[in-house]
Amino acid sequence: MSIDLNQPVFLERRSYRQRRMMDAVRLLPVIGLLLWLLPTLWSVSDDGGVEPVKMSQAIIYVFGVWVCLILSGGLLWRYLVAGGEMPAPLDADATSEPE
Amino acid sequence: MASVNLLIAVCLIYVAFLFAVAFAAERAASRGRGNWLRSPLVYTLSLSIYCTAWTFYGAVGYAARSGMEFVTIYLGPSLVMIGWWWMLRKLVRIGRTQRVTSVADLISSRYGKSNVLAIIVTVMAVVGVTPYIALQLQSVTLSLSIFADPTGVTDGGMNLLSAGFWVALGLALFTVLFGTRNLNANERHDGVVIAIAVEAVVKLVALLAVGIFVVWGVAGGLGEMMVRIDSSEIGQWEVDSSRWTALTVLSGAAFLCLPRMFQVLVVENDDERHLHIASWAFPIYLMLMSLFVVPIAVIGLDLLPANANPDLFVLTVPLSQGQDGLAILSFLGGFSSATSMVIVATLALSTMVSNHVVMPIWLSFQGQGAAVSGDVRNVVLFSRRMSILVIIALGYLYYRVSGGSGALAAIGLISFTGVAQFLPAMMGGIFWRGATRVGALSGLLVGFAIWIYASLLPSFGADVVMSQALLDQGPFDIDFLRPQSLFGIEGVDPTVHAVFWSLFLNTSAFVLGSLISFPNPLERLQGAQFVNIFAHSGHARGWSGSVAESEDLMVMAQRILGGSEAQKLFRREAQKQGQDGHLPEPTPDFLQRLEREMSASVGAATAHAMISQLVGGTSVSVQDLMAVAHESAQMLEYSSQLEAKSSELSTTALQLRDVNAKLTQLSVQKDAFLSQISHELRTPMTSIRSFSEILRDSDGLEAVDKTKYASIIHVEAIRLTRLLDDLLDLSVLENGQVSLNPATGALLSVIDHAVTTTQAGAIRAITIDKSGIDGALVLTTDLDRLSQVFINLISNAQKYCKSENPTLVIETVVKHDEVVVLFTDNGISIPADKRALIFEKFSRINDQDGSGAGLGLAICREIVARLGGKIEHLPILKGNQFAVHLPL
Amino acid sequence: MGKRVLLVEDEPNIIEAITFLLSREGWKVESHTDGATAVERVNDLRPDLLMLDHMLPGKSGLDILIELRSDEQFAALPILMLTARGQMRDRAQAEAAGVSRFMTKPFSNTQVLAAVRDLMSL
Repeated sequence: MSIDLNQPVFLERRSYRQRRMMDAVRLLPVIGLLLWLLPTLWSVSDDGGVEPVKMSQAIIYVFGVWVCLILSGGLLWRYLVAGGEMPAPLDADATSEPE
Repeated sequence: MASVNLLIAVCLIYVAFLFAVAFAAERAASRGRGNWLRSPLVYTLSLSIYCTAWTFYGAVGYAARSGMEFVTIYLGPSLVMIGWWWMLRKLVRIGRTQRVTSVADLISSRYGKSNVLAIIVTVMAVVGVTPYIALQLQSVTLSLSIFADPTGVTDGGMNLLSAGFWVALGLALFTVLFGTRNLNANERHDGVVIAIAVEAVVKLVALLAVGIFVVWGVAGGLGEMMVRIDSSEIGQWEVDSSRWTALTVLSGAAFLCLPRMFQVLVVENDDERHLHIASWAFPIYLMLMSLFVVPIAVIGLDLLPANANPDLFVLTVPLSQGQDGLAILSFLGGFSSATSMVIVATLALSTMVSNHVVMPIWLSFQGQGAAVSGDVRNVVLFSRRMSILVIIALGYLYYRVSGGSGALAAIGLISFTGVAQFLPAMMGGIFWRGATRVGALSGLLVGFAIWIYASLLPSFGADVVMSQALLDQGPFDIDFLRPQSLFGIEGVDPTVHAVFWSLFLNTSAFVLGSLISFPNPLERLQGAQFVNIFAHSGHARGWSGSVAESEDLMVMAQRILGGSEAQKLFRREAQKQGQDGHLPEPTPDFLQRLEREMSASVGAATAHAMISQLVGGTSVSVQDLMAVAHESAQMLEYSSQLEAKSSELSTTALQLRDVNAKLTQLSVQKDAFLSQISHELRTPMTSIRSFSEILRDSDGLEAVDKTKYASIIHVEAIRLTRLLDDLLDLSVLENGQVSLNPATGALLSVIDHAVTTTQAGAIRAITIDKSGIDGALVLTTDLDRLSQVFINLISNAQKYCKSENPTLVIETVVKHDEVVVLFTDNGISIPADKRALIFEKFSRINDQDGSGAGLGLAICREIVARLGGKIEHLPILKGNQFAVHLPL
Repeated sequence: MGKRVLLVEDEPNIIEAITFLLSREGWKVESHTDGATAVERVNDLRPDLLMLDHMLPGKSGLDILIELRSDEQFAALPILMLTARGQMRDRAQAEAAGVSRFMTKPFSNTQVLAAVRDLMSL
């Protein structure tokens, strides 16, 4: 009996977590955009006195952000697929997702 | 040294291999064994047609010229993919449910299946993409020439133009063969998709191979590579911030809007879940494609002569190191990039041209159109094939005319800016229900015009299309309209300038046009369906359908869908309707489904037009309007149900709470009023009942007592009557049912009458001073009602003025257009906290004296309001003053 | 000796009627019209029965009732409450506050007398 009683609590928690994961999915491109727009603030070589950013550092930064975004996206995807949150293909989920 | 002939042989073998792959895929698909063809991996790889020869060759050249800026072209699409939830998800769902065949079809369908819009988008797409196709032809021929002269300085004496011709012809052949083999219901091309997936692998492997060779073979490892990068001429961060931002945004926009991207992203999508995987898998592809771009550029700048074309470093670096095999692989990578792009772009464009330009024209030439004989399928296929040939021919023509000039990256960006003009209409269409056809039309035209003026024409260079003078001084010397510094914006990078103005004015025109115009019913319906695609999976209702004959529909459907397909569809529908035969009733539902099936082959606007020819009359009748209205209402209801967690519901809840609070307040007021009335009625009745029982039941009462008790009953009965009169009076006044009897009379005589009436039955004497009344004042109003007000005020003063020498001063003051009658007594001032209440019902200031029910002043206020004036209580130091304002 | 009844009521005619009825039965009736000073008056007079109108100037009958019941010496004082408002809620509130009897105006004389007799015999 006690298992039955606990189950809804468990589901509740789980679906809450799923929802927060969807929030993360939505947020990811925004974070990506902000991080990738950061280089626009870097000093360029004709700024007097300030040492310009080296190309190697720039490459490491841009590609580092890339790898992080891909990894986060992939992990979120795995998490959501495991949780069944991903919308099913067409007509099955007309009501499952809040807009 | 690999000869050109060897290369051509390799190319031919490679193309034969692609043909074989595509053919095998088509066969597998037609035998129902094609599931693996539609895997997430294939979908992801097919997206790689974003990486064209421009990115394969051009990115390195771009990096050699401007450092890291090249990477923005990959960052935008990466963000769009990672942010799939925001836009792509919706786009793909709409594409699938509405059977959208192209960007033009999406926009036309969203804005009421407008063919005008479809044509405009098609023309814009053709104009925007043709230079891009030319660019691919140029890159293939250019790369061939490198093998003739590895320095890349001259064209090696090869006939580049004729080489371009053969390449174009080969591509056209491939596209026609695999792109228009049949008109399948979903407008999907298994053969083509699998071929471009293979090419995606080839170009990635080629670029990675060159990169690995450069880093570990030439530079000697990662560390050394980094040192060489930092010490090279692009070793420092030199990116223009505005370009960095604008290009990131632009490439993201183009990723969504490019016809070929729409084709693979939306039209060829087989399962929405593939999109979720591609959302992180495709960024990996993009990242790998750009990983070695800077190293190759740096090594190229180091090793090769200064005048070598950096666009071809991918080929020339391996060649200069004697790595012929690697160079051939690299060549194949570039060749793959170019061919896959041309094939898919041509396919997408030809669908648009055929569906939105050729078919409508053909239909209108047919007069009765769909009803006459002839196989429309053949017409559709023929028109697509012709379109493919024409588009590739246009690309080749552009290539010949432009003579293969300009850096690859520049042409690519111009093309990107052109197609990005679809973005406002597209995004507005799927996110904003208020977007209208007029808005979309004006936005597209404005954006396109500015793009041509500020980006495309100047790109040919001074004095080709636009004269140097025009560029420098603007048309007719209007400084304001200089193509590359519109509206006086100086010193901005030309690309950023064109992107900003075209998209900004495009969006503005789109929004403004949408705001001021009114959509037709079909537009509104489509808008609702697109925007609420997740909430509502029902079907639009556009057909009343009673006129169309099933046989006619069958004939038409056979000609477009093909005999067996159409029969299958009709039989299925007939079964669904519970009919025995092969022909279903032309119900609106069925017509809707048929239209959608057909639109997959000929586009939404054409399908709509064809069915409307058979169904007859205008497509939107009164019944349709009703149906649309009904449908919209249902959708609204439906969506509000579904958005249970959205703000809409919480707003409703808030409103409900407000209403509830109001109701509660009203109910409290009503309760208070009822218990007041109850109290006022029951109190005199108590005395009456009690004394009448005493009189009845008690024997031997003194005669004096009898009289006394009887008079108490009498007084209380009068009190009850007066109360009921007052209540009725007040209710009539409050409901506005009172009819006034205006008459003209002197104010003084009205006051005199009131004074006489009140003095007659008065218990307490009060001195009334009328000296301040202007005897000449004449009013036109309901004099009886006015007198009632005065009587009330005077008797109040009589009752409540507890002064030793009670005095009431009545005077008049004339202000502008009103006369104020002031009643001032010298009694005890009403306490400040009661003042606000005295005009309310049942408010008795002096509880001790229970003779009035507290309705008098409430009645006064109502009467004065009906007479167009107002009554107020003015606090004075000693006593009370009532002011009655009356209009003159 | 006649028992004392205190009538707190602001309508002179009702005072007159009740005084007449109860005096005839041999009770001594005192009346008081002001709600604000009613509790003091009860303290001074120590009546055997209190008849209390619900709506009084100064202080409501319900408040007087609550105040008296909170005082130990008046915990058992029979209190007959009269109201003209006829609201169910008033009755419920008065009963919750410990009223002995609750009557709605207009009452019949026999009803009042019966109620008073009832309460006096307790």
